[in-house]
Amino acid sequence: MIPGEFTYHRPSSVAEAVAILASHGDEARPLSGGHSLIPMMKLRMAAPEHLVDLGGIADLKGISENAGTITIGCMTTQHELIGSDLLADKLPIIRETSLLIADPQIRYLGTLGGNVANGDPGNDMPGLMQCLNATYVLTGPDGDRDVAARDFYEAAYFTALAPEEILTAVKIPVPPAGHGYAYEKLKRKVGDYATAAAAVVLTMNGGTVASCSIALTNVADTPLYAADASTILSGSTLDDATVKDAVAAAEAITDPASDGRGPAEYRTKMAGIMMQRALARASERAGA
Amino acid sequence: MSDIEQIPVTVTVNGKKVQRFVEPRTLLIHFLREELNLTGPHIGCETSHCGACTVEMDGMSVKSCTLFAAQANGADLTTIEGMANPDGTLSALQEGFRQMHGLQCGYCTPGMITRAHTLLKENPNPTEEEIRMGIAGNLCRCTGYQNIVKAIQYAADQLNQTEITEAAE
Repeated sequence: MIPGEFTYHRPSSVAEAVAILASHGDEARPLSGGHSLIPMMKLRMAAPEHLVDLGGIADLKGISENAGTITIGCMTTQHELIGSDLLADKLPIIRETSLLIADPQIRYLGTLGGNVANGDPGNDMPGLMQCLNATYVLTGPDGDRDVAARDFYEAAYFTALAPEEILTAVKIPVPPAGHGYAYEKLKRKVGDYATAAAAVVLTMNGGTVASCSIALTNVADTPLYAADASTILSGSTLDDATVKDAVAAAEAITDPASDGRGPAEYRTKMAGIMMQRALARASERAGA
Repeated sequence: MSDIEQIPVTVTVNGKKVQRFVEPRTLLIHFLREELNLTGPHIGCETSHCGACTVEMDGMSVKSCTLFAAQANGADLTTIEGMANPDGTLSALQEGFRQMHGLQCGYCTPGMITRAHTLLKENPNPTEEEIRMGIAGNLCRCTGYQNIVKAIQYAADQLNQTEITEAAE
């Protein structure tokens, strides 16, 4: 399986990359880790005439913290996310989730930016970014614009990203110290996409949920921020009746495909189960 | 004929610097096998699932079927052909696969050994679980993995032993 022909570009700055994309419109695609795009090119499901390799742009890598916000460059790999002491300290759910993506070889090259920008509903980071209320920085010919992860996804492979734009960075507000977190992913085997997965971040005050954020992976055309479920749980003691209501609210927004990972009804129920497990683990981890 | 211009790709493979002009769409696995005649890295699934094409690139294990040769321009690559000791004797990992019967048909072995090589550099003393998760991107359809895990443990023990001996000297 050999991809179709293309012209290869390796710009050394974001401005140069954006200029190449702008001059070729729909015929150009940016290349980050390549582990979604190259398989699609082999299958001719993608056939860009111009491939803009972002691998030569040093500015697009790195993890930094400033005034309560962690900024991650789009070319930062999952391997680098896993190895980051800053993330292990401030946003450990990113490490937990990264370790559930694909396999070691793929994590050395697969990037956060590629994972969130591609719009594949099977990817794990989009749901996590919605849970964390992250913001994507989209850089185009007219400069940067910010789009919330919760507003970015329109349908499978359709996002707010314009053809001449690059998703250059992800900005994440640092959750309070002592927050509880969990990413629960049901998959058929190591390396698989989720049958269903749930991300939970919460804070506890005494035995009560002070704040709660939940998102679901691969149970619809887009990742799902479970706003109603999050609201129902806030202020509760995570008692069985309230959790049951919240799970019902989360299940109600799912619309999964019936495929090799199971029939739609099963995947909806598994989303509920993953959410319950994530809630339980997050509340165990939370400081009072 | 294609009107797409061929591009230069320069890499260091197993310590030797080489340059070839290739079509941009040339995958690294084809560059290694067809341009450089390094047929140790195997083409298994071609979909980045099986890991038979695994090589080391700048200290990372990568699946060379899902990487354009152009992306590797300037990189330092190691393939199974570069795994033996400089004097030609088997490395600890190769010896481990031999002693522990870590292969049957052998198709996955170049990828397994190359992956394990990087794994042991990052984690010289892995637990069994760390080995299993560490080779999760490499499929073997013969062995059931049991002896592959033992082979990697054998190599880790040998390498750690050598280090202890060297440190004592």
